[in-house]
Amino acid sequence: MPILQNLSNALVLASTYILMAMGLTMVYGVLKILHIAHAAVYTVGAFVGLLAYTWLGNFWLALLLAMVAAGVMGVLIYRGVYFYMLDKPRTVPLIASIGLFVMFTDLLQKDFLMGPYQRALPVAGAGMPRLRTEWFSITPKQMLVLAVTVMLLVIVYLILTRTRIGLGWKAAAMDREMAGAVGVNLNRVVAMNFFLGSALAGAAGVLVGVYNNSVFATMGDLPSYKAFIIIVLGGMGSLPGVIVASILLAVVENFLVASVGYVLPRDAVAFLVLILMLMFRPHGLLGQE
Amino acid sequence: MSGYLMSVAVFVGIWVTLALSLNILTGYAGQVSLGHAAFFGIGAYTSAVLAVRYGQPFGVDFLAAILVTGLAGTVLGLPSLRVRHDFLVLATMGVNFVVVAVFKYVDFFGGAMGLVNIPAPEFFGTTFRGGVPYLLLVWGYVVVVWLVSWYISKTWVGLAFHTIRLDEDAAAAVGVSSARFKIYAFGISAALAGGAGSLYAHFIGSVFPDTFVFVESIAILSMIVFGGVGTLRGPIIGAIILKAAPELLRFVQDYRFTIYGALLVLMMLFQPMGLIGEGSWLWRNLTALFRRPAASQQPQQEVAQ
Repeated sequence: MPILQNLSNALVLASTYILMAMGLTMVYGVLKILHIAHAAVYTVGAFVGLLAYTWLGNFWLALLLAMVAAGVMGVLIYRGVYFYMLDKPRTVPLIASIGLFVMFTDLLQKDFLMGPYQRALPVAGAGMPRLRTEWFSITPKQMLVLAVTVMLLVIVYLILTRTRIGLGWKAAAMDREMAGAVGVNLNRVVAMNFFLGSALAGAAGVLVGVYNNSVFATMGDLPSYKAFIIIVLGGMGSLPGVIVASILLAVVENFLVASVGYVLPRDAVAFLVLILMLMFRPHGLLGQE
Repeated sequence: MSGYLMSVAVFVGIWVTLALSLNILTGYAGQVSLGHAAFFGIGAYTSAVLAVRYGQPFGVDFLAAILVTGLAGTVLGLPSLRVRHDFLVLATMGVNFVVVAVFKYVDFFGGAMGLVNIPAPEFFGTTFRGGVPYLLLVWGYVVVVWLVSWYISKTWVGLAFHTIRLDEDAAAAVGVSSARFKIYAFGISAALAGGAGSLYAHFIGSVFPDTFVFVESIAILSMIVFGGVGTLRGPIIGAIILKAAPELLRFVQDYRFTIYGALLVLMMLFQPMGLIGEGSWLWRNLTALFRRPAASQQPQQEVAQ
């Protein structure tokens, strides 16, 4: 049954969208910054994952290292740049973020880092089983993407609901000043927020690299704006919204391509959905006024 | 002037008009747009289609480009009535992608191959391809766009834009229809960018969808923020520096874009109002320089601020 096969393919696509957009919406939730440089974090994550995998030959260790590196990079971006712009007009961090993205993407293309090539990341499936039924089949690689995503989402869910820092994050997302006033350590919460969100982006980078068996310096270009569509659809700053919107977008994209072919490219379709959405539900699917 | 320098000067002129036109929307009316290249593209394609498919002369193409792009801006500005702030930023970004996709996937617009063989403008039997005349034409348009910007800033419309930028709700409370003036801002800004598109198409002689992508919108926005958003001087300086920078930075060849990105970050860190924006270090010192006699008042002003 092609519908089920399409659906399972869409879910795999959606997983990478979720991991990428989750960090973005977390940053937006607390700081209200359109963090375009998040896509650079994603690429760096993929790159570190590639290096670690080539040296160590172990996927899980590589994934962990990539996530830590991406997380540290996110915190550095916050402490080094955004931290000084919180009370400035919104265009200021936006332009700074664009500057960071341009800078990192260009640096990564240099020969001493990644060079202007596509590199293979030949992880077969890290021991994941193949699932084959009468109606659809899921390859080990797809299984890996799904499993890692579910695992990370559970971890994020636990951190956000069961720890003090998660509680602080929620308070800060509601009202940053007020949260500070009642004793939430904003610096720690925001730094943690950047670490967690960026680590997820790093994981997304590694997974996409593994899934397409290719890592390259400009791989962040497409997700940089795709992720924005998702966080708008989900209602800026809403975490469940990201999951719903990612799945919805992936399903729409997959089915449109499968049924009508390429009338317009995928991304244009996604943006049409976005514009229509904004016209009729300006605050997103699960967003609040 | 060599042909190379001449082309750089023409490009810089075109981008100065783009920056000035976006400044009306973003600097005056406060509507941040990440889709300005779409209007640039609509202008260029209108001109190209009229010239290549219908054999119209430059004058017709140019005016049509301004008109059509102005209309498109008015229509595409409609989302701004429903959404605000960051949602609008993302909606304009979406408009950019959809417009480029239409250029790319509709055969009438030449698809990915673009439209080629756009004739150079011709006046009284002389062609204007390249050279000093075209340079004058472009910079003449720069002056026109600057005058329009200046005039708007002096009128009631400019005042209305200013109120919308500061506080839409308060503007509505004192009887300024934010819907009407937002649409004006989108229309005027787009129309002026359309003219720039037409000049671009007739200079290059061909148009391709990839010229008008999202990245270009980012570059234009960076120019006005870099120079000083909302002022009449900032966007000009920003466009000149950032458009010429990749050319000027040729000696560092491989690191051009690293430096470009770092420049934006450093600028936002240390001079977030732009290089010569209101209250920036450079502008304070420049104005102080010309106000020598009143220099003794300087410390008092600082305290007052």
